[in-house]
Amino acid sequence: MTKVDCNIDVHHLTRVEGHGNIHITIRDGKLVEATWAVVETPRFFEMMVRGLSAERVPFLTSRICGICSISHSLASIRSLERAMDIIVPPAAERLRLLAMHGETLQSHALHLFFLAIPDFVDTPNVLPLIKSHPAIVQSGLRLKEAGNAISALTTGRFTHPVSLVLGGVSKAPEKKALAALKEQLEGVLPDLEATDEFCATLTIPDFVRETEFVSLYNGRTYPFIGGDLLSTDGVQKDENDYLAMTNEYTEDFTTSKHTRLSRDSFAAGALARFNNNRAFLHPKAKETAAAFGLEPVNHNPFMNNVAQLVECHHIVHDAIDMIDTLLDDPLSELKTPWKPKAGKAAGAVEAPRGILYHCMETDETGKVVKGDCIIPTTQNNANIHLDLKALAAQALGDGKNDKEIQHLCEMAVRSYDPCISCSVH
Amino acid sequence: MQHLGFSHNKIKIGSFDFTCCEGCQLQLANRESTLPAFLELLDIRNFREISSEKHDDYDIALVEGSITREDEVERLKTIRSNAKVLIAYGSCACFGGVNSLKNRFPLEESVKEVYGEKQIDTLPVRRVSDIVHVDFSIPGCPVSKEEVERIVVSVVTGSMIGLPKYPVCVECKQKLNTCLFDLGEICLGPITRAGCDAVCTTGKTPCLGCRGPAEDINFTSFTELVTEKQLPVDDMNEKLGFYNCFEEFRHDKS
Repeated sequence: MTKVDCNIDVHHLTRVEGHGNIHITIRDGKLVEATWAVVETPRFFEMMVRGLSAERVPFLTSRICGICSISHSLASIRSLERAMDIIVPPAAERLRLLAMHGETLQSHALHLFFLAIPDFVDTPNVLPLIKSHPAIVQSGLRLKEAGNAISALTTGRFTHPVSLVLGGVSKAPEKKALAALKEQLEGVLPDLEATDEFCATLTIPDFVRETEFVSLYNGRTYPFIGGDLLSTDGVQKDENDYLAMTNEYTEDFTTSKHTRLSRDSFAAGALARFNNNRAFLHPKAKETAAAFGLEPVNHNPFMNNVAQLVECHHIVHDAIDMIDTLLDDPLSELKTPWKPKAGKAAGAVEAPRGILYHCMETDETGKVVKGDCIIPTTQNNANIHLDLKALAAQALGDGKNDKEIQHLCEMAVRSYDPCISCSVH
Repeated sequence: MQHLGFSHNKIKIGSFDFTCCEGCQLQLANRESTLPAFLELLDIRNFREISSEKHDDYDIALVEGSITREDEVERLKTIRSNAKVLIAYGSCACFGGVNSLKNRFPLEESVKEVYGEKQIDTLPVRRVSDIVHVDFSIPGCPVSKEEVERIVVSVVTGSMIGLPKYPVCVECKQKLNTCLFDLGEICLGPITRAGCDAVCTTGKTPCLGCRGPAEDINFTSFTELVTEKQLPVDDMNEKLGFYNCFEEFRHDKS
């Protein structure tokens, strides 16, 4: 057997959000080095929020990310509402959760169909699939469109929400539009089934590296906004103790910070949510998980793709139920008036890629004096980095060549659906 | 492809992102119903976020984001020399965007606040036209896919391109919205370029001016309106500075 001797250097990995590089060095068939380095330019959002009025902050922080702007907006809103003791009307809470569902559905559909599936069928992008697998591409587009439709109706548009404000929401959706949205969502149920069938034909790489998974947990529902912080290693903390859950530190080779909890790294995202909260999924989502053999605690990062699909089922069914409740609500009380106040609190939400923390401190005039944001991909970067070492070593042991190792490593990074510019906010 | 019976070659296009949230390029994947037809028009030569193929021959370069690091300056110059037409899209590329809020603080202070003692390369935020010649700008945070589609199709078919010259107020009035000034809010609708379909004011939140100044605006009259209505001037200044779009008009910056 010839010994592999190569350098894999993926400069600006494609089909991910943002700029990151994979470097792998193999000499005499032995893995010397494998790194995942984020090279994104930092924007310094934590400075940018300084001195801004609280009400403007969610409009700024939503710009941390073009894919998960609703999550960022709601993390800031939750943090500031907790800091200034603002109580939000229940109908507004429901609309916000529906908005999160919209974002998660469009984000998962974008990732699964445009970014991830091309790897599994070995095409450079989704374009060849438009010709070779038109039905499944159409299903993907309809699912993404349905997610966007939820976001547009609940927040005013697809990206960078307009009507999510401190105290509630600024505008009620029309009942007629809500009813039409419900019909649209019922219309994509067959697309979910079709996606299940298509994904069942794909081969998910066999790779396991035991790690810790961190997500929100409320003991009642599949979590999206607020709650306790829970890890599969048994750590449970209050939302305000997010710093003790993340322990950020810097590394020289990457512009993103790294985080750790009980081990050298941990993972956030759909698989982490699933591993901690399977019991609270919609029955149809549980069925899909079972069909793919997904059970907690699953330690294969490639299964994050399946966990995203499972969540799509949950979201569509849950959104349909929520719209029924909203249709019975007069939607007259959607915003509580509030007064500025000095305070400080964390706001945690489950962004599509995992648990997201904002923590804002206000002065008595309602201006932000200090801000902190900890991003899901920041939390995943150390885990991705360590996965690459283990995966490259395993692939090398299996006798794979450099091209195959590169392909596998790229797939592994994409499975986390990294949002790199977010991670270097 | 066919347009009015004439056939056209596919246009070679590249999309490039600098310091930003990538929300503008994401809009290109929206409007799912027209997406396959739009893609049919294009030969995508370089678009890292959606494709693994990378080529350096493109007619149109769509450039998103502001410029905040030395390596970005070099990369942008290379893209300029490869492209026949360079279109800056999004408020970050056109004006610096929200990223410019960083420029209120000394760079060392920002680095220390976020990274502690770690050394980080960063420059004051600049727009694309500060570095290279820009042939056309499509503002917005984020851009409207409809507008990008219209402009790209116009470039392909050799049609006239342009943006609305009138302010957001025109579109807002067409939607029969209650004026936010009447509800006691400062709104930048009277001085901001339309084309967004008044999306923010329709959602009952004030316009923050992401599309930059409309043509021939009366800025003095706008500030007088704010003082006449006894609305807080610091709120107006915060809004004017949000996307860094009104710097040429502001004399008493805060």
